[in-house]
Order: sequence, then C-alpha cells, then structure tokens
Amino acid sequence: MLKRFFTRRGMGQVITVTVGLVILCVVFSFMNGNFLSPMNTSNLLRQIVPFLIVGIGQSYVLITGNIDLSIGSVLGMSCMISATLMTKGINPWVAVLITFVCCIAVGFINGELVARCKLPPFIATLGTMTVARGIAQIANGNYNTGDIGTKVNADLFRDIFYRGSLFSIGKFSFYHIIWITILLWVVFNFILNKTKLGRHIYAVGSNVEAAKLSGVNVISTTTKAYIVAAICACIAGLYTCATTGNGTMDAGNTYELYAVAASVIGGVSTLGGQGLLLGTVIGAAIWGVLQNGLQFAGAPVALRNIIIGIIVVLAVLMDVVVRSGKFSFKRNKKAAPPPTGGPASGGQASKQSHTP
Amino acid sequence: MSEYIVEMEHIVKEFPGVKALDDVSFNLKAGEVMALLGENGAGKSTLVKILSGVYTRTSGTVTVFGQPVGDVTPKKAQEMGVSIIHQELNMCQHLTVAENIFLGREVTKSGVLSEREMNRRAAEILGKLNIDIKPTEVVGNLAVSKQQMVEIAKALSFNAKVLIMDEPTSALTSKEIDDLFKLIRQIKADGCGIVYISHRLEELQHIVDRVTIMRDGKYITSGNFADFTMDQIIANMVGREIKEKFPHVECEKGREILSIEHLNAGRMVRDVSFKVYEGEIVGIAGLMGAGRTETTRAIFGVDKKESGEVVLDGKKTHIRRPADAIKAGIVLAPEDRKKDGLCTKLSIRENIALPNLDILCRKWFGVVRRKQERDMVDKAVKDLTIKLPNAEVDANSLSGGNQQKVVVGKWLARNSRVVIFDEPTRGIDVAAKVEIYHLMNQLKEQGIGVVFVSSEMPEVMGVADRIIVMCDGKITGEVYAKETSQEEILEYATRFDSKIESKIS
Repeated sequence: MLKRFFTRRGMGQVITVTVGLVILCVVFSFMNGNFLSPMNTSNLLRQIVPFLIVGIGQSYVLITGNIDLSIGSVLGMSCMISATLMTKGINPWVAVLITFVCCIAVGFINGELVARCKLPPFIATLGTMTVARGIAQIANGNYNTGDIGTKVNADLFRDIFYRGSLFSIGKFSFYHIIWITILLWVVFNFILNKTKLGRHIYAVGSNVEAAKLSGVNVISTTTKAYIVAAICACIAGLYTCATTGNGTMDAGNTYELYAVAASVIGGVSTLGGQGLLLGTVIGAAIWGVLQNGLQFAGAPVALRNIIIGIIVVLAVLMDVVVRSGKFSFKRNKKAAPPPTGGPASGGQASKQSHTP
Repeated sequence: MSEYIVEMEHIVKEFPGVKALDDVSFNLKAGEVMALLGENGAGKSTLVKILSGVYTRTSGTVTVFGQPVGDVTPKKAQEMGVSIIHQELNMCQHLTVAENIFLGREVTKSGVLSEREMNRRAAEILGKLNIDIKPTEVVGNLAVSKQQMVEIAKALSFNAKVLIMDEPTSALTSKEIDDLFKLIRQIKADGCGIVYISHRLEELQHIVDRVTIMRDGKYITSGNFADFTMDQIIANMVGREIKEKFPHVECEKGREILSIEHLNAGRMVRDVSFKVYEGEIVGIAGLMGAGRTETTRAIFGVDKKESGEVVLDGKKTHIRRPADAIKAGIVLAPEDRKKDGLCTKLSIRENIALPNLDILCRKWFGVVRRKQERDMVDKAVKDLTIKLPNAEVDANSLSGGNQQKVVVGKWLARNSRVVIFDEPTRGIDVAAKVEIYHLMNQLKEQGIGVVFVSSEMPEVMGVADRIIVMCDGKITGEVYAKETSQEEILEYATRFDSKIESKIS
C-alpha cells in the first residue's frame, strides 16, 4: 500500500518539492523563531488556502493539456458579484448561489471555446479573463462595494469563509476555511484519481487522438475541467470577499499565474497528462511559505518578488533536467524498472548506465 | 574515378528487433534517372534515408563522387550534394518562395536581410529551370505541384548533384506530371543523378533509365529499364513464396455481420462498399495512400462521413463519433500506435481500461471499480502474453510489439461484434506478429467479424480469407486469398484513374 503510494507516477517531483518545503520552513524558523508559532502557522495556512484552491482548478485544466488564464478574473468576479448582491440586501446564501451560477457559466464558455471551437486556450481564456474582469468592475458601477454586513446579516457567511474556527488548540485555530479547502481537495482528488472523468482528463492531456479513438468525449471532458477551475476560482473569490468584508474590483489579479506556479512546482506538466493534486498542495504551500516567511523576515516587497520568481523557475528547471535524463538522480531507481519486453528508449538506457 | 557518382555497398541497417536492410547495394550514374522499386516495407525509404543522413547505417560502405564517406548527417549530405524531396513537402508555408529557398543561409548586407538580392537570385535559379513562379509568392498559396518545384529548385540551389524523389507524382494531376517530367529531364541533362521512387509503374517508361528492385530489405536485381518487361518487374518485386508463417484457420462462413454501403468521406474514401461475415477475416490491401486507413476511420466515426450506411447485424447504425461505434460493437485498433493508439504518459493499466471505463465504472459518480479493473488488465496481459514488469509502468517503456499488444488488448477486453485492425504488425518482430495473427484467428473462431488492413501482401494473403483491394480511395478489386496471386493484387492496387492517358495513346 505504502509502496504503491510512493511509486506513483509523478511522485518523484512531489517528494523533491516536499523536501524543499521542509528546508524552507527550517530556514525561515531559524531566521525568525516565531515563524512556526501556533498563531503564525494558522495564519500561514489561511494564506495558503487561496493559492491552493485556485491551484486545484488550474491543475485540472493543465492536466488536460490546456491553460486557464481567466481564473484570477473569475475570482474577482465572484468577489464583486457576491458582495454587491449582499450590499443590495440579498440573502447571503442566495448571493452565493447566483455567484456560483455566473462563475460556472464562464467556465463553460471557456471549455466550449477551447474544445468545440478549437481556439488556442491561451487566446480563448485571455478573452474571458478580460471580460470577467470587466464584469467584476461593472457589478457595482465601477466602485468597490461597502461593508457587506450593512443590509443583511453576513456574519455567518464571514464566519464560514474566513473568521470562524471549529476549535483552537492554544493559539492555533482550525479555521472553517481550512476544513472547506481540505474537503474541496479530497473531493477533487477523488474525482481525478478514482472516477471515469478523472481518467478521461489524464487521457485527453496525454494524447487527444488516442483518447478520441478510445471513445472519450474530448469536448465534454475539457469543458468539465474548465468548470472545475471556475468553481475553484469562485470559492476563492468568496473567501476573499469574506476576508475583507467588502468587494474589491481587482481581487485575484494575477492569481491565474499563482495557480500555474502552484501546479507546476508540484509537478503538474503544462504539456498535459501528468500531475498529482498532492503536488499542487505542496506547490501552493511553498508559494505561501515564501510569501509569509519573507514578509516575516522583513524583506521588502520587491525583493520578495525577485526571490519567489527565481525559486519558481529553479523548481521547474530542476524537474526538466531530471526528466530529460541527462542528470542522474535518485528517482531513476524506481522510474526505470528493468524492461523485460524488448529494448528500452535511449533516454532510459543512458539513465540506467549512470546509476551506480 | 568510377563512372558512378553514388555507390552504396553491402548496406545493413538494423532497428531494434528488425533488420530493415540486409546487404543492399545500390549505385547511381551522373545524368540518369534510377528507379528504386519495391513493395511497401521493402526498404526503399530506409536506403535513401541512409544516403541522405536521416539514419546511420549499421554496416556497409557509401561512396559519393569516388570519396568514401563515414557517418552521414543531413547537413553533411547536403554539402556532398545529396538532396531529398519528400512525399510530404518540407516548406514553411507562410514564407515566400525566395525566403524558403534561402532558409538558413539568408543573404544579408551588414546584418540586415537583403530581400532584393535573395529575390533576384531565386528568380535566377527558377529561371534557369524554366519554372514560372514569382520569388515573392507565398509558398502556402501555391499548388502542391508548384511547391514541389520550389523544393527542387531549393535543392539545386545547394548545388545538389544527387536528387532523391520519394513518390513525387502521388499528389499531382496529369498536366502537372508532364511539367515535372520535363523538369526532371532538364536536370538530368545538366548532369544530375536522380533516384526516383514510385509505386506507379506505368509512369516509369516516360522517365526512367535504370531500375533497382528491392524486396524484404534485400537487393534483388538491377539493370536497364529497357531490358525488363513490366511483368518481370512485378515478379521481382513480389517474387517470394509465402512461407508457413501465417497461421490459417478454416471456419464455416456464417451470416453477415457488417455491411458498409456506399461510404464517402473526403477524397480518400469514395463509394466504398463491402461486407463482413462471421467466420472470416476480411483483408484490405493496397499501396500507401490508397485510402484504407481513411476508410477505417470513417467507419469508426473519427472522420466525418459524407454519405453511406453502416449496417451491423442487419440494423442501420448511426456512428457519429467513436463512442457510438464502440457502443454498437465496432472497435478499431489504429495504425499509428504512438499517435493514435496509446496515451504514452499513462500506465498500461490506464491504457487498457480507458475505452472500457463504461463497463468498469459504478453508475454512481462514475467511480472506477479497482478490482474489476485489475482483473481486466491481468486477463488482457495474460491472454496476449504482454511482457511487462508490472501494469503500472508507462506505456512508453514497452517495446513496439508489446505496445501493439496493449493497443489490441484494450479492445479485446470488451465484447465486440467487429474488430478492425489497421496495420497491426507494422514495426514489430516476427514472433509478435504471429501472436497477433493467432489472436485474429481466435476472434474469427468466436464468430467476431475481423477486418485486417495491411500493406504487406504475403501477410494479408496468408491471414485473410477474402481480400478487398483499394487504390486511390476506391475499391478496385475483391479476391479470395486462396485463389489469388500477388501479381493480381498488385495489379488492382495500381489501378489508378489513369492520369497520363494522353501520353500512352
């Protein structure tokens, strides 16, 4: 059982980045003893949450071999629509429902444009990204909204999506949103690994032609992946709204790229067909730890950006180098089982010869 | 210096598990057109790819202009004056004629591209060949025949002395072929040697001086074209007895399972009709580009059908996409396993389960039932004796033969009425081939309709009961395997709508 877990495809990169994450945590707690304090840890987790949620959505789309640039804008749209509705006196839960419908519509349009109309995903979602941002701005007549709690009782909404916690151990609080995120991850991980839809997503990303010839409905599979991305962006938007207590028009700006970073650091291939949601968790955690840790260490914003950018590129570069087989690495031992049936590819043969 | 500009002697080329060329010799004089003939898979392409540096030979010597050459790279071949014009042209469609001709060696003046100079020189080259194309024309806007001429011009602008043409006329009309032949004669007069590969034997008399015939990766004979009759050429191309490596099972021919009626899909599938009965294997033979793969794809619903019916067990079946075909009970093991057959990044288990997830999943949320899945995979691996370390390895890591078995295995795991095999034995070793034949025979015995597309004539004659021959998107003949000869099939397979009638009369 445990062996199967560790030898899963793509697990190599996950293990590598987990080691990286641990090292980062150790370094930051040396720099500041309070880094792993209960209070900061629970804050840190809450900081990771939005990256992870959008990362899950982006991973789905990346595994089908596409990309979704509209995630950040859909996040903003979700934030603005829900906030606007609440300030207009609409019951928070009705507002949440309407927000979901709007966001899912964007995901559906993305999928149709990419899969049915065969637009390049970069272009199609660039378009919907701009439109969704426009909708976010229009929602409250080009203004951020006021406090969502003025006309309706938004306390429960804010509790669930931000403030509330199930229980606390000392200063460490298990916020509701952390549970929601865990639940979300469990559900989407289950779908990706245990269901027909999940298989189809991997198959489409690995080889569209072969998937089609195996009877996979490529259009509906791709569309569903985009809808998952939109649902995730929507939830992250609600979280943002609950956090600040009002709607901000530029909420989620550039989050689509954070989502790509979280996925890719965790080993999801931008070429499709490869990746584990477990990796996305680690990827999002690295992203959050870097933000939080550098802030804690007192690094100015500009320096933070530079360091984070470099680390992202290094993480992916390392994966590329390892995968290309030019570089002997621990992973080979399990990545290349002795092929009994005929000749192995050249790359593998050379890898094996490097292994002592 | 010998009279030959190219001499290749005792060339051997081995691919993992397959000997593609076995002691082949070939030579070419300046100012002649040498036809290189042979069936599909005879090794013609491999031979010219060695000459043009795409493949490296395993052993043998190559001499060009009297100089022995070692390992050839494409770049070195170009420097030696060897150029190849592929069947699929290699042009940048969005660039102009002149830009294509000077691609990679652009003329610059102090670092800036000199369009005018390149256009002038391109016009000069084209003019010398009497090709009437403007250097500023965008290549993508030209007809295929014109693009081909640009490619020839490009080759000659490298001072090519040896020009290899692989099936140059397959996409041309009769007028265009005339123009091409005129051009070839002119190049020949300028002292170039031309290697001409074509399946259209009727063309040869207009252009060819000598022939070299290959078969099964071996050199068979060569000589002046005038010394051969057409029958002798065909006999040399196919002339081998079928060895007993094709297991054949006799079965009672049962009722009709599948009937394809007047199927049309694009240029390569024109009014195709045939029937498949229980207890028989229907072979589809033909040369490359005869429309066989296109026919199977249209039946399976991958490509759009323009018209025609698919009747399965007496019922009209509407197949709009592969899922419809699979549901109805028609499955296709496609030709190109890397491109169409396998998700190479996924495991064997996932590949075999992929088309069968409808059977393997619970109704509830489509959750995959792991146990059934594992049982299915284990059974497929055992039945087909697929050799693998475990079912979790990437499909990529298997050998060609085992990959092919996975492609076949994923379809046999479900009950189907008709199984279409498109070139199931391409690029796999003899032992694996025989296993695939046995499998087809088993299906036949179970009363499942088997359609078997193959380019290898002995194979299709040995395994199939009835053979449909296609040429140029149409069915040109139907024969019983027992009563036919390779000559007869080849004759049907080359029955093109005659493009050069005017010249013969």
